[in-house]
Amino acid sequence: MKYLCLVYYNEAAMQERGDDHWRALNKECQAYSGGLTESGVMLDGSALQPVSTATTVRLRDGQVSVTDGPFAETKEQLAGFYLIEANDLNDAIRVASRIPPARYGSIEVRPVRDIYGESSDQVPYAEALKS
Amino acid sequence: MTVRDDTEQRIQHIFTTESRRVLATLIRLLGDFDLAEDALQEAFIAALRQWPGEGVPDNPRAWLVSAGRFKAIDQLRRRARHDQILHEQAEQLAARAVVELEVENLAIDDDRLRLIFTCCHPGLARDAQVALTLREVCGLTTEEIARAFLKKAPTVAQRIVRAKAKIRDARIPYEVPEGDELYERLQSVLQVIYLVFNEGYLASSGDQVLRHDLSEEAIRLAELVLSLLPSPEPECQGLLALMLLHHARRATRTTAQGELVLLEHQDRSLWDRAEIARADELVRHALQSQRFGPYTLQAAIAAVHAHAPSSEATDWAEIVGLYDLLLTMMPSPIVALNRAVAVAMRDGPEIGLQALAPLMEDATLHDYHLAHAARADMHRRLGQRELARSAYQAALERASQPAEQRFLRQRLVELG
Repeated sequence: MKYLCLVYYNEAAMQERGDDHWRALNKECQAYSGGLTESGVMLDGSALQPVSTATTVRLRDGQVSVTDGPFAETKEQLAGFYLIEANDLNDAIRVASRIPPARYGSIEVRPVRDIYGESSDQVPYAEALKS
Repeated sequence: MTVRDDTEQRIQHIFTTESRRVLATLIRLLGDFDLAEDALQEAFIAALRQWPGEGVPDNPRAWLVSAGRFKAIDQLRRRARHDQILHEQAEQLAARAVVELEVENLAIDDDRLRLIFTCCHPGLARDAQVALTLREVCGLTTEEIARAFLKKAPTVAQRIVRAKAKIRDARIPYEVPEGDELYERLQSVLQVIYLVFNEGYLASSGDQVLRHDLSEEAIRLAELVLSLLPSPEPECQGLLALMLLHHARRATRTTAQGELVLLEHQDRSLWDRAEIARADELVRHALQSQRFGPYTLQAAIAAVHAHAPSSEATDWAEIVGLYDLLLTMMPSPIVALNRAVAVAMRDGPEIGLQALAPLMEDATLHDYHLAHAARADMHRRLGQRELARSAYQAALERASQPAEQRFLRQRLVELG
């Protein structure tokens, strides 16, 4: 089963930690995601540019509206994501807890929904039967 | 009594003792809470139909698991009629069912523990953990849970439905965690148990007689977890001991009219010595393990009280020492408050007030009625009537339990 691990932290607080800290953290993330990719756990993922580069797009009544900044102003900002393959939530929690920025911010773990496979409420039972 | 009545009674008894075990195994085999609950009902209906004629099988538990499983397979087959893939999967499950039947009995205790860890998974909201545990592990009805927590039944039902949906959609596994994870996840289980206990403990002084005895349910649950864990966990022993020590005093906590009786005025000859002895043994084991935590220390404090012949003859120095240790493990304002109260007993109310003064600046304690009640009591013992009165007033303004409010009003009257 696929889970998306969304990495959040407070950008300002991270900046205050200085350049050396930032470089070391990046190295750590490279090493961790590299290992996960090699073992087939990580399917995709990336770090993101800071939230100051974000643009929010909406379509209302056929009109595109574009605004500067993220959809919601929050204390912690989305900083990157890991798309992983895990057996279950406990497995995904283990992977997420070792994502380096988990020490400073938080990781939101969300199961991925397969929009092609869902047609009725029988699907959960199909999952049950497979296991 | 006819043979038929006798069998029905036995089925009733088997339902009481086995239904949670059978459910736990069916959830694992079927991978779905609702499907398993339906299957459990179907299995007992089948038993009521067949056993009076054919006799109760040698191993009713295995029979029920097997019957429930085949009922579920039937249901899946009916649903899968138009879906070839589902159909094949139902058939695979059916084929495997025959092979696996032999080993079922061995795994059944593990299944109960799996169920507990799944219901108390930290990925579920605390309220949901509590409701789900009481529903699935303890077998309480949604209505009973709602009454116990003074909530509306549809609210509780919705909470349970959402929790089950998360278990399914986020795939919270049906497993007992291992290694470091076991210890971490056990904390969540113990918190749920203690929350259930405290809810019952507070309610017993309330005005509802219809509420299910949650304190005893929590004790049973802790006993169950302790007996199922692969090795005795000190904090599980500590929590069970703590609850037993509180429970041992239940007959003396309130008067016949439901008024609160303070620890110092309780009739100690009525405390349940058998429960205290059992708690002693648990606390001793937990302390010896050197891996104990806050529950064990709180139990140790309660045990010192349980063995003191009176409030005056209590080893307050020992209690202050235990609170010091507890504060290092669990630095909380409430623990600091309790420590200050013990200091007042050991060194006198004046020293107690000195220990309490800096704590009252904490926002939590400032809003906590018992902090003001403690302050009031120390002033009262020093003969400072006006200070005592204003502190009791502050406590009364913050108390929400009717019995506690009555108690504080009584204290104000006694001050004159």
